[in-house]
Amino acid sequence: MTGTQTLVCLRTVGQEDPASLATYVKLGGYAQLRRLVTEQVKATEIISQVKLSGLRGRGGAGFPTGLKWSFMPRYFDGTKYLVCNTDEGEPGTFKDRDIIRYNPHQLIEGMAIAAYTLGARVGYNYIHGEIWQDYEIFEAALDEARQAGYLGENLFGTSFNFDLYAVHGYGAYICGEETALIESIEGKKGQPRFKPPFPASYGVFGKPTNVNNTESYTSIPWIMEHGGQAFQELGVANSGGTKIFSISGHVEKPGNYEVNMGISFVELLTLAGGVWKGRQLKAVIPGGPSTAVLPASAIIGATMDYDGLSKAGSSLGAGSMIVMDETTCMVKTLKRLSYFFFEESCGQCTPCREGTGWIYRVIKRIVDGQGKLEDLDLLTDVSSNISGRTICALGDAAATPVLSFIKQFRPEFEYYIQHGRSMVEDGVVVQEVAYA
Amino acid sequence: MLNVEIDGKVVEVEHGSTIIDAADQLGIAIPRFCYHKKLSVAANCRMCLVQVEKFNKPLPACATPVADGMKIFTRSKAAVEAQQSVMEFLLINHPLDCPICDQGGECDLQDIAMAYGAPASRYTEEKRVVLNKNIGPLVSTDMTRCIQCTRCVRFLKEVGGMMELGLINRGEHAEITAYVDKSVDSELSGNIIDLCPVGALTSKPFRYTARSWELVRRPSIAPHDGLGSQIEVHIKDGKVLRVLPREKETINECWLSDRDRFSYEGLNSPDRLKVPMIKHHGEWHETDWKTALEFAAGHLKEIVSTHGSDELGVLVSPNSTMEEAHLATKLAHELGSDNVDYRLRHTDFRHDGKRLGVIWMGCNIPDVQEMDRILVIGSNLRNEHPLLAQRIRRAVANGAELSVVNPLDDDPLIPIKHKAICSPNDMVNVLSQILKAVSGMERLSLCLPKSLSDLLEGVRVWDNSQAIALSLTGHGETMDLISPRSAVFLGNISQHHPRYTEIFSLAEAISSLCGATFGVLSAGANSVGANLVGAMPKAGGLNARTMLESPRKAYVLVNVEPELDCHNAALAKAAIKQAECVVALTAYKSEALEDATVLLPITPFTETSGTFMSMEGRVQSFTAVTKPLGEARPGWKVLRVLGNVAGLHGFEFDSSEEVKNEIFGGEKPSTVVWRTLNNNLRELIDVEIKVKLDSDLQRVGEIPQFQSDAIVRRSPPLQKTRQVIKAVLAGLHPEQLAKLGINEGEKILVKQGEGTAILEARADSRVPHGCVRIPGATAATASLGDLLGEIYIERIPVAAPQEGVSA
Amino acid sequence: MSLSAESLAKIDRELTKYPPEHRQAAVMSALRIVQAEQGWLSKDSITEVADYLRIPAIAALEVATFYNMYELEPVGKYKITVCTNISCMLRDSEEIVNHLEKKLGIGFNETTADGRFTLKEGECMGCCGGAPLFHINNTDMHEYLTPDKVDKILEGLDK
Ligand SMILES: Cc1cc2nc3c(=O)[nH]c(=O)nc-3n(C[C@H](O)[C@H](O)[C@H](O)COP(=O)(O)O)c2cc1C
Ligand code: SF4
Ligand code: FES
Repeated sequence: MTGTQTLVCLRTVGQEDPASLATYVKLGGYAQLRRLVTEQVKATEIISQVKLSGLRGRGGAGFPTGLKWSFMPRYFDGTKYLVCNTDEGEPGTFKDRDIIRYNPHQLIEGMAIAAYTLGARVGYNYIHGEIWQDYEIFEAALDEARQAGYLGENLFGTSFNFDLYAVHGYGAYICGEETALIESIEGKKGQPRFKPPFPASYGVFGKPTNVNNTESYTSIPWIMEHGGQAFQELGVANSGGTKIFSISGHVEKPGNYEVNMGISFVELLTLAGGVWKGRQLKAVIPGGPSTAVLPASAIIGATMDYDGLSKAGSSLGAGSMIVMDETTCMVKTLKRLSYFFFEESCGQCTPCREGTGWIYRVIKRIVDGQGKLEDLDLLTDVSSNISGRTICALGDAAATPVLSFIKQFRPEFEYYIQHGRSMVEDGVVVQEVAYA
Repeated sequence: MLNVEIDGKVVEVEHGSTIIDAADQLGIAIPRFCYHKKLSVAANCRMCLVQVEKFNKPLPACATPVADGMKIFTRSKAAVEAQQSVMEFLLINHPLDCPICDQGGECDLQDIAMAYGAPASRYTEEKRVVLNKNIGPLVSTDMTRCIQCTRCVRFLKEVGGMMELGLINRGEHAEITAYVDKSVDSELSGNIIDLCPVGALTSKPFRYTARSWELVRRPSIAPHDGLGSQIEVHIKDGKVLRVLPREKETINECWLSDRDRFSYEGLNSPDRLKVPMIKHHGEWHETDWKTALEFAAGHLKEIVSTHGSDELGVLVSPNSTMEEAHLATKLAHELGSDNVDYRLRHTDFRHDGKRLGVIWMGCNIPDVQEMDRILVIGSNLRNEHPLLAQRIRRAVANGAELSVVNPLDDDPLIPIKHKAICSPNDMVNVLSQILKAVSGMERLSLCLPKSLSDLLEGVRVWDNSQAIALSLTGHGETMDLISPRSAVFLGNISQHHPRYTEIFSLAEAISSLCGATFGVLSAGANSVGANLVGAMPKAGGLNARTMLESPRKAYVLVNVEPELDCHNAALAKAAIKQAECVVALTAYKSEALEDATVLLPITPFTETSGTFMSMEGRVQSFTAVTKPLGEARPGWKVLRVLGNVAGLHGFEFDSSEEVKNEIFGGEKPSTVVWRTLNNNLRELIDVEIKVKLDSDLQRVGEIPQFQSDAIVRRSPPLQKTRQVIKAVLAGLHPEQLAKLGINEGEKILVKQGEGTAILEARADSRVPHGCVRIPGATAATASLGDLLGEIYIERIPVAAPQEGVSA
Repeated sequence: MSLSAESLAKIDRELTKYPPEHRQAAVMSALRIVQAEQGWLSKDSITEVADYLRIPAIAALEVATFYNMYELEPVGKYKITVCTNISCMLRDSEEIVNHLEKKLGIGFNETTADGRFTLKEGECMGCCGGAPLFHINNTDMHEYLTPDKVDKILEGLDK
């Protein structure tokens, strides 16, 4: 395996006018949709290719996409919906933005294939509120696709109809959660629904709905072109295909890197130019703050795939790798993350609504020099009491950083409490990190 | 059916049951806040977490469907830990003000905290404070206490039909509020007080008057509409301090309308008549019972003997008990008069003598929810039958189709499938169209009597009538139901209609053609009971209307404020005024009884025993929950003694039960009831399709719900609601206003017969062309005539006289 | 205050995305469109949106108060929202915030006396690769910020 990129979802990146229909078509775009629809390829066949590809949901939970598709009811008297989740708001995640601004047509094609497969008549792509300019790019791409006959009625002269619309969020991380997103599409607050029923039976407007992440859908045309097996083989066992890693924080070249699954952490870090300013690596959050932070020593030998990161003690999440160098104060970093979850809790579940505020206030107290040593146990306890007891996984996500930061960097927290100051800023080093 | 095991006990439950259903079935208490069996499941409080075998995290019992063979532990270490931690979270921001909280002693949070909470809080930060909201005169808010369970939000949206409260902001800042400065105007709003598991929403009138454990609780029956809601009256020091629903699934479920909940505030109004009074030379004098009764009896007998018994008229409120209605009827009969009636707001009595039985709603209350098709004729549902409306709302939410024929386009907060909004007079025409459409459908073309089919000959069926017919018969666009369960109901506006008889017979014909249930939603708490005891003229006596049209020399009024409780206020007022003797049995002193001769203080429902018979024919007896105020005495007793004093036969009763026994002839009430309920007519009633009216305008005089009877009219909190404040206006369609050259807000002169009133004109697009909405039962309209009938409007030229009433 | 014809036309276009019986679905767009026209969402305009969509006003208010990018109080002509979340924090968004605060003389949730600028703290905007960053008026994203670049951006704005 080499430390270079394999562009599947970001296939048009580097091309002139990457978002245009012409560019995409030039690269073979929409051929798969046309083939599947005009040849009336059976849904079961498509799904079995997706299953074979080993594609797992790129939104963070890693649920096998082919399996999810097989949950959609085959026969249903009414409209079925397709939803794409481009709400990425998990700190450190910014891959789907690049898909919709550089390669929107591949997403559209992927969704259209999914719609054909699942019998969905209408689709929505829910786009994060803050990336307005990219929303407009995607709207323009939809117009182009409609005009070119890739969306709308009787596509390719068949009875296949599919309308796809862009809808936008307006500043709520929770809407990334699929049922909150569905509520939001319906024009409500983004408060997650209790599951079951799952979207496959009760989704948008109460109708069967399939929700996938942007990157998941965007992988589909490639899988259709090259076959599920080929996709699987790009990656490793249990983690088929490529993955876009969003790398941010203390690296020389932050950005998105689409690489084969199973790439080593070191190779990936090297792609991003390594730790910036020649500094030492201290810690990495490999998949976004809802995944556990790992100290350099734990991640340095890891491979970047579902199993590799789980072995290292964390998870792949959405592939949002946040890199922290030796100057990072873990206490202050945790404070910022806790503030985020406190601010973004939708507020319906008691543990999340009350607990996230409690956690934040205790950490703030520590940062303000008012902490007590018992606070660390209190934090751990409160976090454990949120985790697993809420409607959606935001509760777990809010607990994860607290639990993992304190577990991995407890001395730093204790120092802060005892001295009322940051250990890092005091220049005290407790943990030697080996990274060349 | 599925088998599950909870805490070692096995139970069989239906498919689709949740863990909490199963546990409730076993009597295993799982703590809960957000869950309520009548509301959608929110699963947000997380208090009901339980452990389930093979699941590594606790699951909310309220939302988790059971699977066959599931093993559930509600008291295991894992479950209790989860419950305790949720309790801790709930309490960190909850104020510790239980000692001054009205919910104290009946607070779910307090109770569950005792069982699940930790003694000391680990939370040392500042607690959240949330600003209070003013949501009206009935419900008081203490929003800092709110635990965001959203029961109130869900209730108003799902049961009340309108989202009046919401949870705004998010996360820790989430708070319950109404929109900006709006009040909660649902006629069912008081239920959110019961639903709120903490003291965030409490009763405003009850506020700080008592601690819950000081209250004595007594069962009773709500006296304001025909539903027969079961209530619990809470008393301290002999005074009613609040009224709550008693749960009765087949009647009021666990709900209560605001009218039934807050009317008690009128019980001890300063108007209460505490001693008998006699009028001498135009002056009222207090007196003792003996004097008063002898005076009344003597006077009545004297008139009967000098002018004939026909000169006596007896009017009984349909909210009087069966016992009162029976004895009043008996009094009339024993004095030789057949002039007795309880149908005070009716004006068309053409089917007297033609009915086969006692008129009722035609089915049981819960059946309403099972209907596929419902046609409601002449009713402002929310106003007249708030809880029944809620059942219809649920039926529609479950897929039923509601159609209406009504002279007002008011929103029942139920999606209406088809409607015909027309002037009162046109209702007959619309119904004949529906009948024609229904009979035209092949399957049903059978059996209309010739007189009717001839009549329908020339009727042209409009689209909406056709649609209503199609809906009722199940022959809708898709012909989705071959044999729908349908019902046709007549509301209060139909019953008060000058052409009630025609409406009744057409509706009955429509129902019988399409096999629908047919019934009348009776207005009073005891309309059906009064009908059963026969408080109506039998042998050609005068009915409630003719008794006033041809004024009598003597009247006995039982619970009646004539100008407010009768169909034609002006007529009632004039008749009472000219009478030589008016004996009024009343709980209140009243403007409307100024012209009476004797006032005999009787007690409202809380201070008497008695029986109401509901619209579904349910006979419900109740006992007094407090002692009579002052010298007031139960109506049945007063009537009995009046009979005794007058030397009449058959007034020897020692208790209201004895009266009841006499009513039912010693049989079981239900036996008598099922024998007598019957909405069929002996013979057809002549229907005239086109009746020409003189005036271009007709009055639609509905009775506002908080004006319906003497008690509610005296409940200050109900009188402060927005419904009442905005009630007394002359509402006309904006185009009608324009046509008449009247400006919105302008004072106009309205005239009915001799009566006039000056009212503010208001644009009201819910009123059809050719109609004016002017409510009845209010002082401001007490000089006007028929509730539904012709009316004339004039602009007031120059300097307008004082607003108000001139006769 | 009444919605302009253009705004209504834009709302109508959004409505075409949903089944006709689900007008509520367009509420987020409608509120955004109105805010773009009026700068912020007054209670009157929220009521108007609700009426136009035939939904209870409280349902529109719930939405308006749930999502961060709606403004329920007037803001300056340019609302600058700086992301301070982890990826931006690691790349010194604090420096950008300090620079803006000094330059404009205001803190978060404040508006300059001349009504031109409002400063807001934002949560992750999904552009962390370009940290530190801010957006102006919810639409214009500016990435890879340095104090110098901030100066230039502010200078480039209309007076
Ligand atoms: C708090 C929270 C935030 C989430 N945010 C996102 C997100 O921004 N994008 C996304 O695709 N999935 C997100 N998810 C996961 C979705 O709920 C869902 O699993 C995913 O969209 C399914 O698509 P996939 O199977 O293709 O991954 C989030 C989940 C939670 C609990
Ligand atoms: S866990 Fe938090 S964000 Fe998720 S539904 Fe519950 S309160 Fe809302
Ligand atoms: S009662 Fe189950 S979560 Fe509230």
